[in-house]
Amino acid sequence: MRRSMLFIPGNTPNLLMNADVLGADSIILDLEDAVSPAEKDAARILVRSALRSLGYKGCEVIVRINPIETDFWKKDLDEVIPLRPGMIMPTKVSCADDVRTVSDYIAQVEERCGMEKNTVRLIPLIETAMGVENAFAIASADPRVAAIFLGGEDLTADLRCKRTKEGNEIFYARCRMVNAARAAGVDVYDTPFTDVDDIDGLYKDAAFAKSLGFTGKASISPRHVAGINEVFSPTQADIDYAHEVMETIRMAKAQGKGVVSLRGKMIDAPIVTRARQVIEMEKAIFGGTEDDE
Amino acid sequence: MSKLVSSIKEAITQMGLRDGMTISFHHHLRNGDFVLNMVMDAIAEMGIRDLTVNASSIFDVHEPLIGHIQNGVVTGLECNYMGGKVGRAICEGLMEKPVIFRTHGGRPSDMEKGTSHIDVAFIAAPTADPMGNCTGKYGKSACGSMGYAFADAMNADKVVVITDNLVPYPLVDYSISEIYVDAVVEVEQIGNPAGIVSGTTKITRDPVGLKMADYAARVIDASGLLKDGFSFQTGAGGATLAAAKYIKDIMLQKNIKGSYGMGGITAYMVDMLQAGCFEALLDVQCFDLDAVESIRTNPKHMEVTATHYAGVSGKSAGVDNLDVVLLGATQVDVDFNVNVHTDSNGYIMGGSGGHSDTAAGAKLAIIIAPLTRARLPLVVDHCLCTSTPGSTIDVVVTQRGIAVNTKYGKNQELKEKLLAARLPVCEIEDLKRMAEELAGVPKATAPQGRVVAQVLYRDGTLLDTIKAVK
Amino acid sequence: MKITTSAVAGTLESSDVYVKAEPCGTLEIEIESVVSAQFGDQIRQTVQDVLSSLGVDSGRISLNDKGAIDCVIRARVETAVRRAGGEN
Repeated sequence: MRRSMLFIPGNTPNLLMNADVLGADSIILDLEDAVSPAEKDAARILVRSALRSLGYKGCEVIVRINPIETDFWKKDLDEVIPLRPGMIMPTKVSCADDVRTVSDYIAQVEERCGMEKNTVRLIPLIETAMGVENAFAIASADPRVAAIFLGGEDLTADLRCKRTKEGNEIFYARCRMVNAARAAGVDVYDTPFTDVDDIDGLYKDAAFAKSLGFTGKASISPRHVAGINEVFSPTQADIDYAHEVMETIRMAKAQGKGVVSLRGKMIDAPIVTRARQVIEMEKAIFGGTEDDE
Repeated sequence: MSKLVSSIKEAITQMGLRDGMTISFHHHLRNGDFVLNMVMDAIAEMGIRDLTVNASSIFDVHEPLIGHIQNGVVTGLECNYMGGKVGRAICEGLMEKPVIFRTHGGRPSDMEKGTSHIDVAFIAAPTADPMGNCTGKYGKSACGSMGYAFADAMNADKVVVITDNLVPYPLVDYSISEIYVDAVVEVEQIGNPAGIVSGTTKITRDPVGLKMADYAARVIDASGLLKDGFSFQTGAGGATLAAAKYIKDIMLQKNIKGSYGMGGITAYMVDMLQAGCFEALLDVQCFDLDAVESIRTNPKHMEVTATHYAGVSGKSAGVDNLDVVLLGATQVDVDFNVNVHTDSNGYIMGGSGGHSDTAAGAKLAIIIAPLTRARLPLVVDHCLCTSTPGSTIDVVVTQRGIAVNTKYGKNQELKEKLLAARLPVCEIEDLKRMAEELAGVPKATAPQGRVVAQVLYRDGTLLDTIKAVK
Repeated sequence: MKITTSAVAGTLESSDVYVKAEPCGTLEIEIESVVSAQFGDQIRQTVQDVLSSLGVDSGRISLNDKGAIDCVIRARVETAVRRAGGEN
């Protein structure tokens, strides 16, 4: 389960030490924008050292690497891949080839370290107009791709428009990203809400992203994590309904019935799939009750 | 008639101060205080020696005390809190006689019981009249409440009021009455307003602090104590203030009408009063300008004496009815004893203040502190100093786990409530282990020098001693 | 790796360590730490481990430690040494 992803600057020891207690489902250890060019080496060595000894139990680790047009990204991967982070986040990904370039290099490092191929997954950060247009190609470029992630700040610069709280300027990109991800069968994450102090605004922005179909949302502030988790968790009504669906199916099976309905609505495969997903999330969040299907 | 005297030295002479006597000061001007240094300089110039200084707290601004101790003007120190500068010198063996540490409640009670005698009290007063009626609510050096000064005024043999805002008799809305005052001295400036009160006390933005605050608020919510009639005290530390804000949000959301907030008062407690979370504030000390403004204008924001706040010599005290108190710690040991007197190397840099008073009184005493600070673990096998006995502590909240104190046959039900609320409950030993996994196992160090301070519990009994580091 | 030039890494913020690596005929390690009483020996051992794993046998390595945990010390020493060895 990955609802929230929290950015942690890669060169900050006291934040790295506590990155896993801030409530985020995933932490993104950032070697890119949060690190000045002169400290890139220090950050990647520090992140590697932290990954080796801190463990980060209870949350997934994503490492954001530098863009492939820089000299840094291969060194980033050389240092961190042997420590088996859950995912790598390549930046400024604009086409499927960008993904394959990164994936191929990861494969080399994996082989060098005697790791099984495709151990490390990818979550490309799409933050250019070209990237948005190529979203489906990116999402389906490589078996490593587990999700795609929209970066609204760089995108609006590329679009030559202003980034606003309302987000009308990224509406098209959001819809296109969701559609591309779902078509490719991967998850999709929304851009951070950047006003750290506006918690109401965060809730609205997250709820809107959820309504469009996003799996979750990234955050640049620990103060946004709780809100994101809440918005992207199933409601109690969702959970109750999911259990009702599974119970109805179970009874129907026991009685040998083929077609079943609940509250006057036929229970078809998509409803069952959705119910299973909700129950899985319930278990992940609350350690929920066993539900034999 | 007038009690005005021309200078501090004149007052000292008139009060008959002699070698070997005990004088007292309050700390409402905190790190902005000029009065203690002014009086001590005058005493030194007059050649009086071998004095004991009983100041409710000693701050870094009082560093000149070190010179007075070296010169034999001061040979005894008694206080409830001591900042790092004087504290370090004490731990390096500055003074022959051990410092006596009391609590904010123990100090006035010892005066009232007669176990702590004051010959001359020097009371800095932001506003006073020529007969000695005085208050902290008005004047350019306003500090708000003067709660800690009442016991000095009421129990010292001689009382000198020192003010930088002399007003005609009678002062309206006085705090301390003329009936206790022998002399009044007008000076140019009793303190630096920037050091007396903070502009605004800010909630921490440190994510770990906010995490701990969130846990603390959820512990309070889950405890069942957060209901109509709720009474609450919090310190002015970043994480405890953040917890107060979260508590306020819960109270407003659930429409809970509390009873009183207490202690050192900040803008956040004033906010809670104004929002209807409390019926009243019992204020022994103001920490910021909003608190000073509120105590001046809002009748529900009441000034209380240190005895009323936390003493044991009255028939009752505010702490006796406290539901919840949030407190800090530099060390907690596996028996839940808390050290707020020394750092991890044994140097004095604090003191009980109201820590052990409120912990003793409150139904739920919560320690909030990070699991490690600069690699040093919060939880240790033995505190370098026991400031507050573990039997009075209920919960320790860190960013990685919450330990409930069930060691003294209590809190089993509380522990179950916190578990039911899905809070990360663990044993105190787990907190120690987690810190050591993260930061390594520290080599045990403990100062081995002679005793340089005695820590008295609120009832006046000896709780622990502090040894010289060098 | 040979230390051929002077380089620094880390900061003086709490939980970090500031490391300086300089050329020197012998191997010298100087440690100043806010937690030297509790962790001084462990810090020295960590520095020696990192230096030997990088094959450094001469140079002056000085640390000003603000309570960094072991993995941070390892990273900062390695960074300073690699910088002083002409990497980057």
